[in-house]
Amino acid sequence: MPGDEMPFGTLPAAAGTSFKHIHARDILEGRSPVAWFEVHPENYMVDGGEPHRLLGALRAAYPLSMHGVGLSLGGAGRPCPIHLDRLRALVQRYEPDSVSEHLAWSGHGGIFYNDLLPLPYDEASLRRVAANVQELQDALKRPVLVENPSRYLSFDASTIPEPCFLAELAQRTGCGLLLDINNVYVSANNIGFDPLAYLADFPLRYVEEIHLAGHAQDSCATDAETRPARGGSGGGGSAAALLVDAHDRPVADPVWRLFADVVARTGRLPSLIEWDNDLPGWPELAAEAARAERILWGEGRDAATR
Amino acid sequence: MQQPASPQGALAGLLLDPDAAIPDALFHAGDGGGAADLTRRVAVHRNTVVVSLVDALAATYPAVQSLTGARFFRAAAREFVRSSPPRGPVLAQYGGDFPAFLDAFPPASSLDYLPDVARLEWAWLRAYGAADVQPVAARILGGRDAADTAALCLRFHPAVALLRSHHPVVSLWAETTGRSERTGLDLRMPEAALVARPDLVVQVHRLRPSSATFLAALLAGRTLAMAAEAAMAEQDFDLPAELAELFDAGLVTGCHRAARDDTHNGAPS
Repeated sequence: MPGDEMPFGTLPAAAGTSFKHIHARDILEGRSPVAWFEVHPENYMVDGGEPHRLLGALRAAYPLSMHGVGLSLGGAGRPCPIHLDRLRALVQRYEPDSVSEHLAWSGHGGIFYNDLLPLPYDEASLRRVAANVQELQDALKRPVLVENPSRYLSFDASTIPEPCFLAELAQRTGCGLLLDINNVYVSANNIGFDPLAYLADFPLRYVEEIHLAGHAQDSCATDAETRPARGGSGGGGSAAALLVDAHDRPVADPVWRLFADVVARTGRLPSLIEWDNDLPGWPELAAEAARAERILWGEGRDAATR
Repeated sequence: MQQPASPQGALAGLLLDPDAAIPDALFHAGDGGGAADLTRRVAVHRNTVVVSLVDALAATYPAVQSLTGARFFRAAAREFVRSSPPRGPVLAQYGGDFPAFLDAFPPASSLDYLPDVARLEWAWLRAYGAADVQPVAARILGGRDAADTAALCLRFHPAVALLRSHHPVVSLWAETTGRSERTGLDLRMPEAALVARPDLVVQVHRLRPSSATFLAALLAGRTLAMAAEAAMAEQDFDLPAELAELFDAGLVTGCHRAARDDTHNGAPS
């Protein structure tokens, strides 16, 4: 159970949302019912102007989480030192309550792919990722959280189940974990495992933050450019359908139920509604956060199945 | 081409090339034998990479997209993404080569104004995230005699950019982004665009040709006298009024005396 002391950060054990500039006025000028906000630091790696003005105002009013997508902790090599410097400068400037990244990579060979890509889970990978997390934590002089990815592929070389890989990573580096429950659901569907069994194995003692998001059903991406199908909120598709971690719609009901199960075991944790594409109006996003908040306060399956 | 010495490298090699063959013995569909085949699984990543980067370009170049239509724009952007992917994770720095790509993109050759509209949109994005510097007022020029003033060079806000085009680039940009009413534009009408951001809001001004010549010379580090001379050679030019406009628009952040003599400019003043 999380106590009053949270060594990894100072986010409140309450619901938060992504911070998007189209909602800035609602959030900064009103009294937001949402307790904290999360940004991608990459969006603030500019010299000045409106992005910094808004982030400064947000930071002054709310707890802040910086959730990186560009460091490639799961890459074949070390994190890019230029990017690491930029992140360090941003963390020094805004002193966020939490810093997190992904068990994934997004750049390779000098190209940035803007996707969170998978890595093999074996001892060699574990050593590489652990060294990268250590380098990040040394650079920032603080522990970070590492998030389980959504997956579409399994590497032949993988020998370690993902929950064990993350547990070992936390043990070796002292990092915390960010449990993305939508990613668990999406990966379970795509890779073919039981999400409840995965969560039973997951080292919840290291979890400091939870992510919730909407997913799409893959509409047979054979064309050069295909958008995920609208309408299906996931879970009910054919056995062959892949689910895509789209962050473009409300959280699906099965994901809410898994969230309630996890909260029943962990107690309240900082829990984020992640929404990055096809952004809704602020009231809809705030309502998603309110639903998460009810579950955190023990309304459990009632709110999860509302 | 990079060597796929790692599993990550092997997957990376598939992402921007839709026809690249998936290597044997690298990955499989799923531990539980998921039904979707490997090609579809890789396609999810290929699709995310290309669509998200095309979306990023669409966000940077809304006027270009409006002028070409979304279908044409996304096809062009897809080709650009595959030939010039980002070199780093800061997407505000991605797409600066897109105007040059459009210059050389055969399907866009009949839209010869398009690359300059793209250049204006890129300047807008650079200005949006440029460093915050406080502009100064014209009174910093006060208390100098005419010769002293003539020998000054101005320092400009980092957001400032000047674009001189053979096409009505400001009008095209303003009309296609809903900032002004659509009119019947003469596409051969040259315009010069000044981009600035004295505080938070990016501003785009249309400059007279002589004003553009004046500003171009100052941005290149010429003295006020040299810049005014260049402008007067083209057109009647009211130096005090033009100078006041530069300050009023919040472009100037300081001034300094030019070195008196290029061959002996090491001496302290």
